Amino acid sequence: MMSLFDKFLPLEETRTELVAGSGVDPFHVVVEKVVSATEAMIHGRKVIMAGTNNYLGLTFDPECVAAACTALREEGTGTTGSRMANGSYAAHVALENELAVFFNCPAAIVFSTGYIANLAILSTLVGPEDVILLDVDCHASIYDGTRLGAARVIRFRHNDPADLEKRLQRLGQRVGNTLVVVEGIYSMLGDRAPLREIVDIKNRFGATLLVDEAHSLGVLGQQGRGLAEELGVEAEVDFITGTFSKSLGTIGGFCVSRWPELEYARYAMRPYMFTASSSPPLISSTRKALEILCRSTALRKKLWDNATQLYQGLAAMGFELGPEISPVIAVRLPASVSETTVLWNELLSQGIYVNLVLPPATPSGGPLLRCSLSAAHSKVQINAILDAFSLIKEKLQHP
Amino acid sequence: MQSKEEILDQLFEVVRPYCEQPITLREQTRLIEDVGLNSMKVMELVMQVEDHFDVSVPLNILPDVQTVGEFAEQVQKLLKDG
Repeated sequence: MMSLFDKFLPLEETRTELVAGSGVDPFHVVVEKVVSATEAMIHGRKVIMAGTNNYLGLTFDPECVAAACTALREEGTGTTGSRMANGSYAAHVALENELAVFFNCPAAIVFSTGYIANLAILSTLVGPEDVILLDVDCHASIYDGTRLGAARVIRFRHNDPADLEKRLQRLGQRVGNTLVVVEGIYSMLGDRAPLREIVDIKNRFGATLLVDEAHSLGVLGQQGRGLAEELGVEAEVDFITGTFSKSLGTIGGFCVSRWPELEYARYAMRPYMFTASSSPPLISSTRKALEILCRSTALRKKLWDNATQLYQGLAAMGFELGPEISPVIAVRLPASVSETTVLWNELLSQGIYVNLVLPPATPSGGPLLRCSLSAAHSKVQINAILDAFSLIKEKLQHP
Repeated sequence: MQSKEEILDQLFEVVRPYCEQPITLREQTRLIEDVGLNSMKVMELVMQVEDHFDVSVPLNILPDVQTVGEFAEQVQKLLKDG
Protein backbone atom coordinates (compact mmCIF):
# COMPACT_ATOMS: atom_id res chain seq x y z
CA MET A 1 0.00 0.00 0.00
CA MET A 2 1.21 3.49 -0.76
CA SER A 3 2.66 5.16 2.35
CA LEU A 4 0.48 8.21 1.72
CA PHE A 5 -2.37 6.21 3.21
CA ASP A 6 -0.51 5.21 6.39
CA LYS A 7 -1.77 8.18 8.38
CA PHE A 8 -5.36 7.05 7.85
CA LEU A 9 -4.79 3.59 9.29
CA PRO A 10 -5.79 4.50 12.90
CA LEU A 11 -9.02 5.98 11.51
CA GLU A 12 -9.71 2.86 9.50
CA GLU A 13 -8.96 0.64 12.51
CA THR A 14 -11.45 2.61 14.61
CA ARG A 15 -14.08 2.33 11.89
CA THR A 16 -13.48 -1.42 11.55
CA GLU A 17 -13.84 -1.85 15.33
CA LEU A 18 -17.12 0.08 15.35
CA VAL A 19 -18.49 -1.99 12.46
CA ALA A 20 -17.40 -5.23 14.16
CA GLY A 21 -19.08 -4.16 17.42
CA SER A 22 -22.37 -2.91 16.04
CA GLY A 23 -22.68 -4.74 12.71
CA VAL A 24 -23.16 -1.54 10.74
CA ASP A 25 -21.01 1.38 9.62
CA PRO A 26 -22.59 4.36 11.42
CA PHE A 27 -20.89 6.84 9.11
CA HIS A 28 -21.93 5.22 5.87
CA VAL A 29 -25.66 4.84 6.29
CA VAL A 30 -27.34 4.60 2.90
CA VAL A 31 -30.75 6.23 2.67
CA GLU A 32 -32.31 3.94 0.07
CA LYS A 33 -35.38 6.07 -0.50
CA VAL A 34 -36.62 9.33 0.96
CA VAL A 35 -40.29 8.95 1.84
CA SER A 36 -41.07 12.38 3.29
CA ALA A 37 -39.46 15.21 5.28
CA THR A 38 -39.35 12.90 8.31
CA GLU A 39 -39.19 9.36 6.92
CA ALA A 40 -36.84 7.32 4.77
CA MET A 41 -36.07 3.72 3.85
CA ILE A 42 -32.88 2.39 5.45
CA HIS A 43 -31.87 -1.29 5.40
CA GLY A 44 -35.14 -2.04 3.61
CA ARG A 45 -37.43 -0.59 6.27
CA LYS A 46 -39.13 2.70 6.99
CA VAL A 47 -37.30 4.83 9.53
CA ILE A 48 -38.20 8.09 11.31
CA MET A 49 -35.46 10.58 10.52
CA ALA A 50 -34.62 12.42 13.75
CA GLY A 51 -31.20 13.74 12.84
CA THR A 52 -31.59 15.77 9.67
CA ASN A 53 -31.64 19.46 10.81
CA ASN A 54 -34.72 19.82 8.60
CA TYR A 55 -36.15 22.15 11.23
CA LEU A 56 -39.14 23.53 9.36
CA GLY A 57 -39.67 20.38 7.27
CA LEU A 58 -39.64 22.30 3.99
CA THR A 59 -37.77 19.73 1.86
CA PHE A 60 -41.05 18.43 0.45
CA ASP A 61 -43.07 21.63 0.67
CA PRO A 62 -45.16 21.74 -2.53
CA GLU A 63 -44.41 25.43 -3.17
CA CYS A 64 -40.65 24.91 -2.77
CA VAL A 65 -40.68 21.81 -4.97
CA ALA A 66 -42.72 23.65 -7.65
CA ALA A 67 -40.33 26.62 -7.58
CA ALA A 68 -37.36 24.28 -8.02
CA CYS A 69 -39.05 22.41 -10.89
CA THR A 70 -39.88 25.63 -12.73
CA ALA A 71 -36.32 26.93 -12.41
CA LEU A 72 -34.94 23.56 -13.48
CA ARG A 73 -37.01 23.58 -16.65
CA GLU A 74 -36.40 27.25 -17.45
CA GLU A 75 -32.74 27.69 -16.42
CA GLY A 76 -31.24 24.22 -16.41
CA THR A 77 -29.51 21.95 -13.92
CA GLY A 78 -26.49 24.07 -13.05
CA THR A 79 -24.55 27.27 -13.60
CA THR A 80 -21.35 25.41 -14.60
CA GLY A 81 -19.08 27.98 -13.00
CA SER A 82 -18.53 30.75 -10.51
CA ARG A 83 -20.53 33.96 -10.41
CA MET A 84 -17.39 35.95 -11.07
CA ALA A 85 -16.49 34.01 -14.22
CA ASN A 86 -19.88 32.95 -15.59
CA GLY A 87 -21.99 35.79 -14.24
CA SER A 88 -24.67 35.90 -11.58
CA TYR A 89 -28.12 34.69 -12.52
CA ALA A 90 -30.90 37.16 -11.77
CA ALA A 91 -32.16 34.78 -9.08
CA HIS A 92 -28.82 34.89 -7.20
CA VAL A 93 -29.07 38.67 -7.00
CA ALA A 94 -32.78 38.52 -6.10
CA LEU A 95 -32.04 36.14 -3.22
CA GLU A 96 -29.33 38.48 -1.93
CA ASN A 97 -31.77 41.38 -2.04
CA GLU A 98 -34.42 39.33 -0.25
CA LEU A 99 -31.97 38.33 2.48
CA ALA A 100 -30.92 41.97 2.91
CA VAL A 101 -34.57 42.98 3.35
CA PHE A 102 -35.29 40.04 5.68
CA PHE A 103 -32.37 40.91 7.97
CA ASN A 104 -32.80 44.66 7.46
CA CYS A 105 -29.14 44.89 6.43
CA PRO A 106 -27.58 46.90 3.59
CA ALA A 107 -25.31 44.05 2.46
CA ALA A 108 -25.84 40.37 1.67
CA ILE A 109 -23.74 37.80 -0.15
CA VAL A 110 -24.92 34.31 -1.11
CA PHE A 111 -22.46 31.41 -1.16
CA SER A 112 -22.70 27.89 -2.55
CA THR A 113 -22.81 26.24 0.91
CA GLY A 114 -22.89 27.31 4.54
CA TYR A 115 -19.41 25.85 4.95
CA ILE A 116 -18.14 28.02 2.12
CA ALA A 117 -19.80 31.11 3.63
CA ASN A 118 -17.78 30.72 6.82
CA LEU A 119 -14.66 29.75 4.91
CA ALA A 120 -14.94 32.92 2.80
CA ILE A 121 -15.74 35.35 5.60
CA LEU A 122 -13.30 34.03 8.21
CA SER A 123 -10.42 33.77 5.74
CA THR A 124 -10.90 37.17 4.11
CA LEU A 125 -12.41 39.77 6.44
CA VAL A 126 -9.66 39.33 8.98
CA GLY A 127 -6.04 39.62 7.86
CA PRO A 128 -2.55 39.12 9.29
CA GLU A 129 -2.81 42.15 11.57
CA ASP A 130 -6.18 41.09 12.98
CA VAL A 131 -7.33 38.69 15.69
CA ILE A 132 -10.20 36.19 15.70
CA LEU A 133 -11.57 35.30 19.14
CA LEU A 134 -13.85 32.31 18.77
CA ASP A 135 -15.91 30.20 21.13
CA VAL A 136 -14.16 26.87 21.57
CA ASP A 137 -17.29 24.96 20.47
CA CYS A 138 -17.60 26.78 17.13
CA HIS A 139 -18.31 24.67 14.05
CA ALA A 140 -15.52 23.17 11.94
CA SER A 141 -16.33 25.56 9.08
CA ILE A 142 -15.33 28.46 11.33
CA TYR A 143 -12.08 26.80 12.37
CA ASP A 144 -11.32 25.87 8.76
CA GLY A 145 -12.00 29.44 7.62
CA THR A 146 -9.45 30.73 10.10
CA ARG A 147 -6.89 28.21 8.83
CA LEU A 148 -7.35 29.46 5.29
CA GLY A 149 -6.73 33.03 6.46
CA ALA A 150 -3.84 34.68 8.23
CA ALA A 151 -5.37 36.23 11.37
CA ARG A 152 -4.17 35.33 14.86
CA VAL A 153 -6.72 32.83 16.24
CA ILE A 154 -7.54 32.63 19.95
CA ARG A 155 -10.25 30.53 21.57
CA PHE A 156 -12.36 31.39 24.60
CA ARG A 157 -14.21 28.95 26.84
CA HIS A 158 -17.63 27.89 25.63
CA ASN A 159 -20.40 30.37 26.48
CA ASP A 160 -18.12 32.07 29.02
CA PRO A 161 -18.36 35.89 28.69
CA ALA A 162 -15.88 36.39 31.55
CA ASP A 163 -13.25 34.35 29.70
CA LEU A 164 -13.95 36.34 26.52
CA GLU A 165 -13.52 39.58 28.45
CA LYS A 166 -10.22 38.40 29.96
CA ARG A 167 -8.85 37.54 26.52
CA LEU A 168 -9.98 40.86 25.01
CA GLN A 169 -8.26 42.62 27.89
CA ARG A 170 -5.01 40.78 27.13
CA LEU A 171 -5.05 41.98 23.52
CA GLY A 172 -4.31 45.59 24.49
CA GLN A 173 -4.03 47.83 21.40
CA ARG A 174 -5.04 45.03 19.04
CA VAL A 175 -8.54 44.76 20.48
CA GLY A 176 -9.93 47.16 17.85
CA ASN A 177 -8.86 44.71 15.13
CA THR A 178 -10.60 41.77 16.72
CA LEU A 179 -13.51 39.75 15.39
CA VAL A 180 -15.43 37.78 18.04
CA VAL A 181 -17.18 34.70 16.61
CA VAL A 182 -20.06 32.83 18.25
CA GLU A 183 -23.07 30.77 17.17
CA GLY A 184 -26.78 31.36 17.77
CA ILE A 185 -27.45 27.71 18.62
CA TYR A 186 -24.50 25.35 18.95
CA SER A 187 -24.87 22.32 16.73
CA MET A 188 -23.84 19.60 19.17
CA LEU A 189 -25.64 20.40 22.44
CA GLY A 190 -28.29 22.80 21.14
CA ASP A 191 -27.38 25.50 23.65
CA ARG A 192 -27.45 29.23 22.82
CA ALA A 193 -24.74 31.84 23.10
CA PRO A 194 -25.17 34.36 25.96
CA LEU A 195 -25.39 36.98 23.24
CA ARG A 196 -26.51 39.98 25.31
CA GLU A 197 -23.47 39.66 27.57
CA ILE A 198 -21.18 39.07 24.59
CA VAL A 199 -22.55 42.13 22.77
CA ASP A 200 -22.03 44.22 25.89
CA ILE A 201 -18.42 43.08 26.20
CA LYS A 202 -17.55 43.53 22.52
CA ASN A 203 -19.06 47.05 22.64
CA ARG A 204 -17.00 48.00 25.68
CA PHE A 205 -13.80 46.84 23.99
CA GLY A 206 -14.65 48.13 20.51
CA ALA A 207 -14.37 44.69 18.89
CA THR A 208 -16.58 43.43 16.06
CA LEU A 209 -18.96 40.48 16.28
CA LEU A 210 -19.98 37.69 13.93
CA VAL A 211 -22.86 35.38 14.82
CA ASP A 212 -23.35 32.16 12.90
CA GLU A 213 -27.11 31.59 12.89
CA ALA A 214 -26.93 28.29 10.97
CA HIS A 215 -29.03 26.40 13.54
CA SER A 216 -31.10 29.37 14.72
CA LEU A 217 -32.36 30.82 11.42
CA GLY A 218 -36.07 30.02 11.21
CA VAL A 219 -35.88 28.64 14.75
CA LEU A 220 -35.45 31.68 17.03
CA GLY A 221 -36.89 35.20 16.93
CA GLN A 222 -40.37 36.51 16.25
CA GLN A 223 -39.61 36.68 12.52
CA GLY A 224 -37.22 33.71 12.53
CA ARG A 225 -34.04 35.73 12.04
CA GLY A 226 -32.24 33.93 14.83
CA LEU A 227 -30.84 34.54 18.29
CA ALA A 228 -29.80 38.16 17.64
CA GLU A 229 -33.41 38.99 16.79
CA GLU A 230 -34.77 37.04 19.75
CA LEU A 231 -32.56 39.01 22.16
CA GLY A 232 -33.05 42.36 20.42
CA VAL A 233 -29.36 42.91 19.64
CA GLU A 234 -29.36 42.73 15.83
CA ALA A 235 -28.23 46.34 15.45
CA GLU A 236 -25.08 45.54 17.41
CA VAL A 237 -24.10 42.40 15.52
CA ASP A 238 -21.70 43.23 12.68
CA PHE A 239 -21.96 40.07 10.60
CA ILE A 240 -24.42 37.18 10.47
CA THR A 241 -23.59 34.01 8.56
CA GLY A 242 -25.89 31.08 8.01
CA THR A 243 -26.92 28.20 5.83
CA PHE A 244 -29.85 27.27 3.62
CA SER A 245 -29.37 23.58 4.36
CA LYS A 246 -31.28 23.46 7.63
CA SER A 247 -34.48 25.50 8.09
CA LEU A 248 -34.69 26.40 4.40
CA GLY A 249 -34.27 22.78 3.29
CA THR A 250 -31.87 23.36 0.37
CA ILE A 251 -28.11 23.98 0.03
CA GLY A 252 -26.24 27.25 0.25
CA GLY A 253 -24.95 29.86 2.65
CA PHE A 254 -24.99 33.59 3.24
CA CYS A 255 -23.47 36.51 5.07
CA VAL A 256 -25.37 39.70 5.86
CA SER A 257 -23.97 42.79 7.51
CA ARG A 258 -24.99 46.16 8.87
CA TRP A 259 -21.88 47.41 7.08
CA PRO A 260 -22.47 48.08 3.35
CA GLU A 261 -18.69 47.79 2.91
CA LEU A 262 -19.10 44.00 3.08
CA GLU A 263 -19.60 44.33 -0.67
CA TYR A 264 -15.94 45.42 -1.03
CA ALA A 265 -14.84 41.98 0.19
CA ARG A 266 -16.94 39.99 -2.31
CA TYR A 267 -14.23 39.79 -4.97
CA ALA A 268 -11.46 39.11 -2.47
CA MET A 269 -13.05 35.92 -1.14
CA ARG A 270 -11.42 32.93 -2.79
CA PRO A 271 -14.14 30.48 -1.66
CA TYR A 272 -16.64 32.76 -3.44
CA MET A 273 -14.50 33.33 -6.52
CA PHE A 274 -13.46 29.75 -7.24
CA THR A 275 -16.61 27.73 -6.57
CA ALA A 276 -19.48 27.04 -8.94
CA SER A 277 -22.50 29.09 -7.93
CA SER A 278 -25.72 27.52 -6.67
CA SER A 279 -27.91 25.89 -9.29
CA PRO A 280 -31.17 27.53 -10.42
CA PRO A 281 -33.47 24.98 -8.69
CA LEU A 282 -31.59 25.44 -5.42
CA ILE A 283 -31.80 29.22 -5.53
CA SER A 284 -35.47 29.20 -6.47
CA SER A 285 -36.52 26.75 -3.76
CA THR A 286 -34.44 28.72 -1.23
CA ARG A 287 -36.24 31.94 -2.18
CA LYS A 288 -39.60 30.22 -1.80
CA ALA A 289 -38.57 28.70 1.56
CA LEU A 290 -37.47 32.14 2.80
CA GLU A 291 -40.84 33.53 1.73
CA ILE A 292 -42.62 30.78 3.71
CA LEU A 293 -40.38 31.41 6.71
CA CYS A 294 -41.29 35.12 6.57
CA ARG A 295 -45.04 34.61 6.40
CA SER A 296 -45.53 31.69 8.79
CA THR A 297 -44.90 31.43 12.51
CA ALA A 298 -46.92 28.21 12.70
CA LEU A 299 -44.00 26.02 11.61
CA ARG A 300 -41.74 27.55 14.26
CA LYS A 301 -44.37 26.97 16.93
CA LYS A 302 -44.81 23.33 15.86
CA LEU A 303 -41.04 22.83 15.90
CA TRP A 304 -40.80 24.12 19.47
CA ASP A 305 -43.79 22.02 20.59
CA ASN A 306 -42.03 18.95 19.20
CA ALA A 307 -38.70 19.91 20.77
CA THR A 308 -40.35 20.45 24.16
CA GLN A 309 -42.17 17.11 23.98
CA LEU A 310 -39.01 15.16 23.15
CA TYR A 311 -36.72 17.02 25.56
CA GLN A 312 -39.12 16.69 28.48
CA GLY A 313 -39.82 13.04 27.66
CA LEU A 314 -36.12 12.16 27.56
CA ALA A 315 -35.42 14.20 30.70
CA ALA A 316 -38.22 12.35 32.52
CA MET A 317 -36.50 9.06 31.62
CA GLY A 318 -33.37 10.35 33.32
CA PHE A 319 -31.17 10.89 30.26
CA GLU A 320 -28.37 13.46 30.49
CA LEU A 321 -29.26 16.12 27.92
CA GLY A 322 -27.99 19.47 26.67
CA PRO A 323 -28.60 22.38 29.07
CA GLU A 324 -31.80 23.76 27.51
CA ILE A 325 -34.78 22.81 25.37
CA SER A 326 -33.83 23.15 21.73
CA PRO A 327 -34.60 21.53 18.37
CA VAL A 328 -31.12 20.01 18.76
CA ILE A 329 -31.31 17.49 21.59
CA ALA A 330 -28.09 15.72 22.51
CA VAL A 331 -28.19 12.63 24.68
CA ARG A 332 -25.00 11.82 26.54
CA LEU A 333 -24.89 8.19 27.60
CA PRO A 334 -22.82 6.71 30.40
CA ALA A 335 -21.20 4.43 27.83
CA SER A 336 -18.04 4.02 25.78
CA VAL A 337 -17.77 4.84 22.08
CA SER A 338 -18.34 1.21 21.09
CA GLU A 339 -21.26 0.77 23.52
CA THR A 340 -22.85 4.01 22.28
CA THR A 341 -22.47 2.81 18.70
CA VAL A 342 -24.29 -0.42 19.57
CA LEU A 343 -27.09 1.63 21.18
CA TRP A 344 -27.24 3.94 18.17
CA ASN A 345 -27.71 0.86 15.98
CA GLU A 346 -30.37 -0.41 18.37
CA LEU A 347 -32.28 2.84 17.80
CA LEU A 348 -31.95 2.35 14.05
CA SER A 349 -33.27 -1.18 14.31
CA GLN A 350 -36.22 0.29 16.27
CA GLY A 351 -36.87 2.53 13.25
CA ILE A 352 -35.27 5.74 14.56
CA TYR A 353 -32.34 7.46 12.88
CA VAL A 354 -30.34 9.91 15.00
CA ASN A 355 -26.79 11.21 14.60
CA LEU A 356 -23.97 9.32 16.28
CA VAL A 357 -21.34 11.91 17.21
CA LEU A 358 -17.98 10.74 18.46
CA PRO A 359 -15.01 12.54 20.00
CA PRO A 360 -13.18 14.71 19.06
CA ALA A 361 -16.26 16.24 17.37
CA THR A 362 -18.14 16.43 20.68
CA PRO A 363 -17.84 18.97 23.48
CA SER A 364 -16.28 17.53 26.65
CA GLY A 365 -15.08 14.46 24.87
CA GLY A 366 -17.82 11.82 25.28
CA PRO A 367 -19.96 10.23 22.56
CA LEU A 368 -23.42 11.68 21.89
CA LEU A 369 -26.66 10.52 20.34
CA ARG A 370 -27.81 13.74 18.71
CA CYS A 371 -31.44 14.26 17.71
CA SER A 372 -32.68 17.16 15.65
CA LEU A 373 -36.37 17.78 15.31
CA SER A 374 -38.61 19.09 12.57
CA ALA A 375 -41.91 20.92 12.46
CA ALA A 376 -42.94 18.09 10.15
CA HIS A 377 -42.64 15.45 12.88
CA SER A 378 -46.00 14.31 14.20
CA LYS A 379 -46.79 13.68 17.86
CA VAL A 380 -46.99 9.99 17.01
CA GLN A 381 -43.46 10.10 15.61
CA ILE A 382 -42.13 11.91 18.69
CA ASN A 383 -43.72 9.22 20.84
CA ALA A 384 -42.06 6.54 18.70
CA ILE A 385 -38.68 8.25 19.24
CA LEU A 386 -39.34 8.31 22.99
CA ASP A 387 -40.35 4.61 22.98
CA ALA A 388 -37.09 3.69 21.23
CA PHE A 389 -35.04 5.68 23.75
CA SER A 390 -36.96 3.98 26.55
CA LEU A 391 -35.68 0.62 25.27
CA ILE A 392 -32.17 2.04 25.21
CA LYS A 393 -32.61 3.10 28.83
CA GLU A 394 -33.61 -0.42 29.78
CA LYS A 395 -30.57 -1.85 28.03
CA LEU A 396 -28.35 0.58 29.90
CA GLN A 397 -29.90 -0.39 33.23
CA HIS A 398 -29.98 -4.14 32.51
CA PRO A 399 -27.19 -4.82 30.03
CA MET B 1 10.40 38.99 32.79
CA GLN B 2 10.68 35.27 33.47
CA SER B 3 13.59 33.30 32.07
CA LYS B 4 12.98 30.33 29.81
CA GLU B 5 14.20 28.04 32.63
CA GLU B 6 11.66 29.49 35.06
CA ILE B 7 8.87 29.06 32.52
CA LEU B 8 10.08 25.54 31.76
CA ASP B 9 9.95 24.54 35.44
CA GLN B 10 6.37 25.78 35.72
CA LEU B 11 5.44 24.13 32.44
CA PHE B 12 6.72 20.77 33.71
CA GLU B 13 4.26 21.05 36.60
CA VAL B 14 1.35 21.87 34.27
CA VAL B 15 2.23 19.06 31.85
CA ARG B 16 2.99 16.37 34.46
CA PRO B 17 -0.65 15.35 35.18
CA TYR B 18 -1.10 14.68 31.45
CA CYS B 19 1.67 12.04 31.29
CA GLU B 20 0.27 8.64 30.44
CA GLN B 21 3.36 6.92 31.83
CA PRO B 22 5.65 8.08 34.64
CA ILE B 23 8.38 9.84 32.65
CA THR B 24 10.99 12.44 33.49
CA LEU B 25 10.00 15.65 31.75
CA ARG B 26 12.81 17.43 29.92
CA GLU B 27 13.03 20.30 27.48
CA GLN B 28 13.18 17.80 24.61
CA THR B 29 10.14 15.79 25.76
CA ARG B 30 7.64 15.58 22.89
CA LEU B 31 4.05 16.38 23.81
CA ILE B 32 2.39 13.83 21.56
CA GLU B 33 4.87 10.98 21.26
CA ASP B 34 6.34 11.06 24.81
CA VAL B 35 3.62 12.62 27.00
CA GLY B 36 0.89 10.81 25.06
CA LEU B 37 -1.41 13.74 24.28
CA ASN B 38 -4.12 13.37 21.65
CA SER B 39 -5.62 16.36 19.82
CA MET B 40 -8.26 16.95 22.52
CA LYS B 41 -5.73 16.74 25.34
CA VAL B 42 -3.47 19.20 23.52
CA MET B 43 -6.28 21.76 23.51
CA GLU B 44 -7.02 21.09 27.18
CA LEU B 45 -3.35 21.59 28.02
CA VAL B 46 -3.26 24.85 26.06
CA MET B 47 -6.12 26.22 28.18
CA GLN B 48 -4.32 25.16 31.37
CA VAL B 49 -1.15 26.89 30.22
CA GLU B 50 -3.15 30.03 29.35
CA ASP B 51 -4.63 30.12 32.85
CA HIS B 52 -1.31 29.45 34.55
CA PHE B 53 0.67 32.14 32.71
CA ASP B 54 -2.26 34.52 32.09
CA VAL B 55 -1.65 34.59 28.34
CA SER B 56 -3.74 33.70 25.28
CA VAL B 57 -2.03 31.10 23.11
CA PRO B 58 -2.96 31.56 19.43
CA LEU B 59 -3.83 28.36 17.57
CA ASN B 60 -1.49 29.51 14.79
CA ILE B 61 1.64 28.77 16.83
CA LEU B 62 0.71 25.19 17.74
CA PRO B 63 2.19 23.57 14.60
CA ASP B 64 5.58 24.92 15.78
CA VAL B 65 5.23 23.39 19.23
CA GLN B 66 6.39 19.79 19.33
CA THR B 67 8.31 19.71 22.63
CA VAL B 68 7.90 21.14 26.12
CA GLY B 69 10.93 23.36 25.42
CA GLU B 70 9.35 24.79 22.28
CA PHE B 71 6.16 25.47 24.24
CA ALA B 72 8.21 27.33 26.87
CA GLU B 73 9.83 29.47 24.16
CA GLN B 74 6.43 30.39 22.74
CA VAL B 75 5.05 31.23 26.21
CA GLN B 76 8.09 33.42 26.86
CA LYS B 77 7.49 35.24 23.57
CA LEU B 78 3.79 35.71 24.39
CA LEU B 79 4.60 37.06 27.85
CA LYS B 80 7.00 39.53 26.27
CA ASP B 81 5.00 40.61 23.19
CA GLY B 82 1.42 39.83 24.21
